[in-house]
This record gives sequence, C-alpha cells and structure tokens, in this order.
Amino acid sequence: MADDSLPRRRFLLRASTAVAAGLTPAVPLAQTKPAAPASGTASSEPESFLVLTSGEAAFFSAVADSMIPADELSPSGTDCGVVTFIDRQLASAWGGGAKMYRGGPFRKARPEYGYQLSLTPKEFFSAGIVAANAWTRKTMGKDFDALAPQDRINALKALEDGRAQLTGISGKQLFEALLDIVMEGFFADPMYGGNKDKVAWKMVGFPGLPALYKNLIVQFRGKKYDVDPKSIADFS
Amino acid sequence: MATKLKEVDAVMVGMGWTGSIMARELTKAGLTVVGLERGGDIKPSEHFAMPAVRDELRFSRRLELIQDPAMETLTFRHRPSESALPMRRFGSFLPGDGVGGAGNHWGGHTWRYLPTDHATRSHIVQRYGAKAIPADMPIQDWAMSYDELEPYYDKFEKLCGVAGKAGNLRGRKIDGGNVFEGPRQSEFPTPPLEQNLSGLMFAETARELGYHPFPRPSSNCSRPYTNIEGLTLGACQLCGYCDRNGCEANAKAGPHVCVLPRLREDARFEMRTRSWVSRLVYDKAAKKVAGVVYTDTRSGEEYEQPAGIVVLSAYVFGNVSLLLHSGIGEQYDPATQRGTVGKNYCYQLSRMGVTMFFEDRNFNPFMGAPGTQMVIDDFDADNFDHGSLGFLGGAIITCGHGDGRPISYRPTPAGTPRWGSAWKKATARWYQHALNISLSGSNYANRHNYLDLDPTYKDQLGRPLLRMTYNFVDNDYKLSEYCMSKAVQIAKTMKPTILGEPRLRRGDYDIVPYQSTHNTGGTIQGTDPKSSVVNRYLQAWDAHNLFIMGASTFPQQVAYNPTGPLGAMTYWSSEAIVNRYLRSPGPLVHA
Repeated sequence: MADDSLPRRRFLLRASTAVAAGLTPAVPLAQTKPAAPASGTASSEPESFLVLTSGEAAFFSAVADSMIPADELSPSGTDCGVVTFIDRQLASAWGGGAKMYRGGPFRKARPEYGYQLSLTPKEFFSAGIVAANAWTRKTMGKDFDALAPQDRINALKALEDGRAQLTGISGKQLFEALLDIVMEGFFADPMYGGNKDKVAWKMVGFPGLPALYKNLIVQFRGKKYDVDPKSIADFS
Repeated sequence: MATKLKEVDAVMVGMGWTGSIMARELTKAGLTVVGLERGGDIKPSEHFAMPAVRDELRFSRRLELIQDPAMETLTFRHRPSESALPMRRFGSFLPGDGVGGAGNHWGGHTWRYLPTDHATRSHIVQRYGAKAIPADMPIQDWAMSYDELEPYYDKFEKLCGVAGKAGNLRGRKIDGGNVFEGPRQSEFPTPPLEQNLSGLMFAETARELGYHPFPRPSSNCSRPYTNIEGLTLGACQLCGYCDRNGCEANAKAGPHVCVLPRLREDARFEMRTRSWVSRLVYDKAAKKVAGVVYTDTRSGEEYEQPAGIVVLSAYVFGNVSLLLHSGIGEQYDPATQRGTVGKNYCYQLSRMGVTMFFEDRNFNPFMGAPGTQMVIDDFDADNFDHGSLGFLGGAIITCGHGDGRPISYRPTPAGTPRWGSAWKKATARWYQHALNISLSGSNYANRHNYLDLDPTYKDQLGRPLLRMTYNFVDNDYKLSEYCMSKAVQIAKTMKPTILGEPRLRRGDYDIVPYQSTHNTGGTIQGTDPKSSVVNRYLQAWDAHNLFIMGASTFPQQVAYNPTGPLGAMTYWSSEAIVNRYLRSPGPLVHA
C-alpha cells in the first residue's frame, strides 16, 4: 500500500470528480444538488445503467475500486468495467433469479445449506446496499461510497470478518456476494462489460482464446506462454 | 386426464449416456424405442461452437448446461433429526440438462472399478474378518464381478476412445499404467494425453517414493478415433475449458458424439424432448410397469406412454424419485434398516488437497484437459493394508493442470488477502507457479445417509422433492487424514518454495462448493430383494420389465469417477434384455 501514492492520488481525484458530478450521492451533496449525468467526467462509466440506481452504481463503484485498486497491475475496478458488468448481470436472467429454486417456506440456516433467501441476486444486492449504507452512516457518518478510501477498506474488512452488524441482512453474506461478482466482472470475457482490454487476463498471463494447445503443450512445457490475450469478440 | 398414446416396445426416461446407449442397443435388436428427455435438444455444432464455447462465466459460473433447480431440485439435511431445506442452487454437484445429460459437461474421466470394488464386502471380510466392517456401514458387493463386466468396460472404452495406458494387460503388469487395475483384454483406444510440467514433476517424485504413477484415463481423445459405432471423434485441443462445458473438437466423448448420430438415423427410434416424466404406471400385483406418464412442457399436455419395457436412465436423483412417486418398492428407513429404495446414498470425499508454489517453475495452468493429470492408486480402495488404520476405503492422489480459468482458479499462498492491492500482487505473482495435489476419496455407505421424499417442498409438477439426509462420518475423516499424509509427503519431497496447508475433509458436509457430481446409490444392485432394488442385470425386483441404469445402482461409492461402470453396465444390461428377457419376459434372477 506504500508504493502506490500516485495512482492513489489519481483515484482520489477521480472519486471526487464523480462526487462533484453527482454520480456519487454523498448525502449532503445529494440534498443540495440534483443528480446530473456523468458525461464529461474523467470516469469511463456509461451514462446510463440498465437496472442500477445512481446510488447503487456509486456503491458498486466504490466497492470495485477498493477490491481492485488502480496500481501498476491494472486500472481500478470501475475503469476495468466492473460496474458495467454488474449492471448487466443484475439485469440478466441470472440477476432476476433464474436457475434458482424459489419455493417457500424460507428459514434461516447454517451456511452449509447454501443460499436460503427468496431474494433474487438483484433484490439481494439492492437490500444489501441499503443496509450497508445505513451501517456506514451509523458508524462512520457517511454512505459507503462517500467514505475516504481507507475507511472503505476498513468497512469492507468489517463486513468480510463478520464484525459489521447490518440490520436485517448478513454483512458477511453480502461481502461474499460482492467479492464474487467483482471478481467475475474483473476476470470474465470482456464481452460482458468488465475486464476491459483484457487487463485482468494480462495481469495473470491468461491467454484467453482460441486455447488450442495440442501442438503447444510440449513446446511450452515449463516455459512461459507469453501472448497478447484474445477474447470472444476477437474471433466473432 | 392424460392422453394415452400407442404402445411402443421400450421407453427411456432420460437421454444422457445410459438412455442413449440402451436405446441404441434395443433399436438395433429391432425394438421400437421412444426417448423421453425433460430438457431440450442440443446440436453440438451450434451449441458448442467456437468462439462462444470459450466462456467461463456462461458455462462454469452461470451453469448453462446444468439442470434448472427451479424445475426440480432436492432438499438436504445432515441428519434424520433435522428439517431439510431445499438446495436452491446446485453447487456441490451439477446434474446435467437436456439431451446428452451430464455426458455433455463432464470432464471425461473414465475408470474401470477395481476387482475388489466389485466385491467390496466379501473382500474386506476375507482379508480382515467380518468385524472390520462397522455395524453402521451397510456396504455390499456389486451384483456382477469385475471379470464378468470386463468385456463391457472394454466396449464402453471403445465407444469413447478413452485415452490412457494399460497397467494390466491380460494379467501382465505394465509399468507406467495403473498396476492395481484388473486385467484388461486390450490397451486403451488412444494413447495418454501429453502431460504438463506439473504432472511430470509429480510422477517423478511419486516414483522416487516407490509409488506407481500413471496418466489419468480420460475420454478426451488424444488423437482422432473412429469408435465402435463408426463415428469419428476429434483430437483434444487441451483448451482448459472442458468440465462444465461442451467440446467444439468432438474430442470429449459424449452421447452426441459417440451414439446419438446413429440412433437418430434409426426409424425405430423417436426422441421427444421437453417431455418430463412425472411417474411410472405400476401394476403391483402383476409386478410390471405399464408405461410412463409425462408432461410436454411446451404445451402443458399430459400423456401416458405405454411400453413393454421401461428404462430409468435419468440422473441418480431422478431414478430414485420416480420409484417413490410411482409407489414401486419400499422406502428405506434408517431406524429399522428395512426397505431398499433410497438406501446407501453415497457421495465422494473431494475438496481435499494441498497447494504448492514454485517460484522458478512455469506451469501454464490454462493448457490441458481433465486427462492431463498423473495419478497414484497406491492408497486407493484396498490397495494398501488397512489392518491397523481404523478405516476402510481410500483415495486417488492426483496432480496436473487443465482448468486454469481465472474467475475460479486464482491460487495464492496462505495469509494473502482476498482483494485489494496485496491480493492483486500475489495473484499476478503466483498464477503461473501454483500446483495442486488433489485427493478424491471413496465414500462407503452409512445407515443414516439415505434418500426419501420431502414432506414440505415441491417441484414444478407439484410432486414432493427428493430429500437427501447426508453427512460425513468417522470413516471419512480418518480416510482423509491418512491419505492426506501421503499427499503431503509427496508435496514436501517436491520441495516447493511455499507449501500450503492441507485441506482435509473435516466438519459437516457443505452443499455449496463444488465437490463432485458422483452421487450414487438409492436404487442399489444386489443378490437379495431385501437389501437391493435391482438384480445383477439392473432389473427391478418389484417390476420385471423395469430396468434402472446408472450410478443409482452402485452399492457404495469408490474414489473414481462413475461413468466407466455406468456405461459398461448399460451394455451388460442391454445384452441381458436382448438375449434373454425378450425371449422369455420375467425375472432374470430368481431370488
């Protein structure tokens, strides 16, 4: 964390630009200034989302940038398209609860029994964001996205460790869902909106497509297979 | 009121591996056969085409090819004293969906069970005495021996073009193959796949330690292969996207590649998709089934399909629940140990392993297939002396790469945060350099692990969901400890830069993370109707024209993947139907 002061300054600058543009509804600002479209800001966010509210987008953006901070390895989660990815996923059949058994009755259960709520992923995140923001307002005075970067990290750690007592929803469960969807957005094929320019694949050295290694496995045995990754769109 | 259709000679309930093979063998014998499949059809050239098939999110995470739990799932609890809850998403195991079934998205591991696996109880009694088997472990022998099934294992391997190396050719032990396997009449149809550095490193160390490493037998064809149906499989491209996914190269064996093109050409066969069988029509007095009732999910219409022979060829859970929905057989009761349907539900001990990091080795974890693994069988089954160990069964210990898809595969050393800058650095640092030794352990039956119907939750047809009562027991934990100690010994000898903590099988069963789609039992085979559901020809004791295929007939589960015996037994059973049952319909075994 000590060697990324320059990216950190850029990140803070971008975050504050977003607040000024009304993209990030810090409570006092939101009361005094109506939300404006995000165009013209330094952010590469799309102007509109399929299903996310501006507050939800700001929350996811703050989470994505905390989990995937900009540094020498990649741009920030938001700049990699993670929030776009999340918006599209929550608008998809999966976000609407497809491939999930939703019959009642519903009962609280130990984690080994798996997800036991009636909420779809989209509903779960909506409820989780309301609860998480209420908790950060109570404990830190602000919505999550309005917190300073280190406070966001502390808040996420409290959720991850199960220390954050959210009202009506499990903070730990919310954290795990957030981590899952952020990592999916970072590493999935770019056609879903994240992993912009295949940055995540470049970061680890995953070649993507076409993945035809029959004639390469022996040649590159023990040697780094260093290629510019290709995605589905590159072959479409 | 169901519309009654014209009678056919045979109907298959489910068109995965076993339904496809059985339908093929019966139509070849001249029977008219209808294949009923709840899901849709699949056209590999469209559904598994490049570039769309290379999509980790769609197939591995959103489970494109997996059964929809909204239609039908099961409920789960750890012990009979608890209320069960529905498995709202599949996780621990992933049943298939549509024509081809799990044969579309499997990894291709194709084993023959060991001769001692076919005689589990009698072998243990012979070697260690009857007291070695705990009272709450109702393990049984299979109803046919390895030697009896050998020609059918051989046939299934030649259907799939399995890649591998023989370790026992007609009794001659061959170094480099699995020297513990039963005698085989022929070498594998295609040679083993090329290994990654990881498999070679593991094998070298295992050999130094006196073990017997061999390439994992796998239906990922290593070269183009024309199978016993005259159909040609392609060569595996080692794409790293195999499991949970289809194969664009037609190199992974499956019903679509290996059987269905022939079956579809045959005018005696008719495929009906979106046809969801709700129950069998059972005549208890006559000990026969008259046919099946199904709902066409495109129209909501209900049909009765009369048939001379009914074959249950669904997944394990579908086979068991259809017997219970149809009132066939007696539900197993763990309190009295009476009844047979639902008995001996078993699973497998997975998610066990140890991760190593080698700073100066590049593994290219994205190159490979499920078959690019080396295995040792030295601590599997009864290949080692259990005399003083306090448990029965064992595990295969495996190593290799072939699924380095980065949403799911991102190993980092212990203590690394799961997000943030430090996580990014560690992920970038170690992705190419991590190596995992994995264990898959047998899971012997326990009297308290079983399947029945849930009193509360229903499927989309309004039928009760199947209820799984399951947990790990002492035998499992001890097996895990012992076999892991052997894996750790190998790992230490490999001298990694960082050696991870062993992941042991501890605590209660967790239904969320993927473990294996190797659920077994519930309609088990045996020699006595009091302790089994089907006889040695997989014919139901309670209905002589009902045959039940697949892993639901396994009396307990071994460390291997189940598809080999499941395919072999379908050929074995089909031969008994064609050569004996058709000539003289009635019980093939008299109890």
